[in-house]
Amino acid sequence: MKELVISGNDAVAYGAIYAGCRFFAGYPITPSTDIAERMANLLPKNGGVFIQMEDELGSISAIIGASLAGKKAMTATSGPGFSLMQEGIGFASYSEIPVVVVDVQRVGPSTGIPTYPAQGDVMQARFGTHGSHPIIVVYPYSVQESYELIVEAFNLSEKYRTPVIFLSDEVIGHMREKVRLTQDLKVFERQKPTVPKEEYLPYDPNYDIPPFANFGEGYRFHITGLTHDETGFPTSNPVKAEALIERLHRKIYKNIDDIGRFETFYADDADYLIIAYGATARSAKDAVIELRNKGIKAGLLRPITIWPSLEKPIREIAEGKKVFVFEMNMGQYVLEVERIIKRNVEFFGKENGELITPEEMELCIQRSL
Amino acid sequence: MYTEISLENLRSSKLPHIWCPGCGNGIVLGAILRAIERSKIDKDKIVFVSGIGCAGRSSGYVNFNTLHTLHGRPLAFATGIKLANPELKVIVATGDGDLAAIGGNHFIHTAKRNIDMTVIVFNNFIYGMTGGQVSPTTPDGAYTTTTPYGEIEEPMDISYLAVASGATYVARETIASPFVLEKYILNGIIHKGFSLIEAVSSCVTEYGRRNNLEDPAAYIKWLKEKSMPYSKVNTLSIKDGIVVGEFVNEEKEEFTEKYYELLKKVKP
Repeated sequence: MKELVISGNDAVAYGAIYAGCRFFAGYPITPSTDIAERMANLLPKNGGVFIQMEDELGSISAIIGASLAGKKAMTATSGPGFSLMQEGIGFASYSEIPVVVVDVQRVGPSTGIPTYPAQGDVMQARFGTHGSHPIIVVYPYSVQESYELIVEAFNLSEKYRTPVIFLSDEVIGHMREKVRLTQDLKVFERQKPTVPKEEYLPYDPNYDIPPFANFGEGYRFHITGLTHDETGFPTSNPVKAEALIERLHRKIYKNIDDIGRFETFYADDADYLIIAYGATARSAKDAVIELRNKGIKAGLLRPITIWPSLEKPIREIAEGKKVFVFEMNMGQYVLEVERIIKRNVEFFGKENGELITPEEMELCIQRSL
Repeated sequence: MYTEISLENLRSSKLPHIWCPGCGNGIVLGAILRAIERSKIDKDKIVFVSGIGCAGRSSGYVNFNTLHTLHGRPLAFATGIKLANPELKVIVATGDGDLAAIGGNHFIHTAKRNIDMTVIVFNNFIYGMTGGQVSPTTPDGAYTTTTPYGEIEEPMDISYLAVASGATYVARETIASPFVLEKYILNGIIHKGFSLIEAVSSCVTEYGRRNNLEDPAAYIKWLKEKSMPYSKVNTLSIKDGIVVGEFVNEEKEEFTEKYYELLKKVKP
């Protein structure tokens, strides 16, 4: 097994190749560009396609097209590009086309501070498109996890026929750590139809996740971003529209136990529970250790799946504990935590380009004692 | 020689189409289907991609692999499809707004790459689907709902832009000459590389009724009268006229082939 010292962004590229990604379309943007650069190097060696598109609108469109033609496909961007990609994410969600979108977060809004980390896209990842649709969003906190979680992102995308957003941040993306390029991770392949070609329905109502044919295999189906029925053709019938939106939500929320990932750290007997993700969770682990050394029972819940929400684990683990949410934004995930546990949560956040330090976290918790 | 449109190539359960009475888009779609029939390409390998707008609806009516994409993006989706599986024959139906306004950047860059696909632009000088707003190709002085006092911008010449951007097959014809249009589309399908056929269509409902062209037959006659053969005028673009003909037909290395050749060299 290969061991390397590489950045989180490079680990994403290596993991994507391992997962079977054979198509990448992207547009340069700090701090995600090195993913595109690495993919430009790796994909041709692995018989895959790399293309630098004219913009992010084109990038997301090209990967959707490639996925329809049968390739596992990915793009990588940061906040401003992620905003442009929302129309494509909505299209892929509604027409159920697997793609993986990596967003290495930087300070925003607007052009912000391109080279400094933030976590301001958590809500955009969930609600960035118009209309109602569920989405799967995952977020690693280390380079090793970047490698493994991008594989998981592809698996979830193919399994649930949905775009998956892989959130990262400037710290996780550019930090270098030792990584084992594990070769024994499970790789999921798209479920193909088994019915005769003339009976194929791209949105077969007998399935929550209908089998998906590739273009060119003789099935000749229609894909549209318009509201569609089981045949794939447009409809404005409210009953059909309801059936589609209901199934789209069901296929994700019914499988929350399969999709949801989290890590706990000294959480079991904690009086004070920190909820933090991505780079912020690294500070949180240090804070927990420091507080424990001072005799304060702190613990951490680190969501790895950001969306759909880890409702049950958060409710159960937070039970009887004072909850603190730390994130590099002015309060996004905290809203979801408050919604789930239905009580006030202590919040500290900033989006000024600086990490939240363990000392800041300790101070927050000690002040509330 | 007249080619019948094979009913097998139409999804008859999706007809009648949504286009207005007197609309020229059916003539363009007919020319496309006859050209496809004449090209004898494997129907299972055709991916028919369209954007948003009146022309965009054409993908729902034809019995191939069909993709109705986002507004302005059909060429970017098509690029992904062709590169992912070069065996597929990609045909794009788009409109003047879809291609030249919101999709302008993709248009320039897809032509520049010379990637193998055939693009048919239904140019009707107007945003028909949204009720008659000015488009990039609306003639100077024309009345639309968003130019109630007459258009003051110069129209964009789609074919001219395609040539400048590096398209290796470019032709323009109006619906007044459907068989010539069909021939150009067939040439585009056979051509290896980025081909663009500008089909000047009509929109009596939204353009015609505001610009003294409310009669469908008179509209087509008007298009015919404004047409000037490229071989005679020897220039691509003329104010107040529609220059028709084949503007470019050149052999040049195609992008997908170049890419897969590159893979052979890189592969360890």
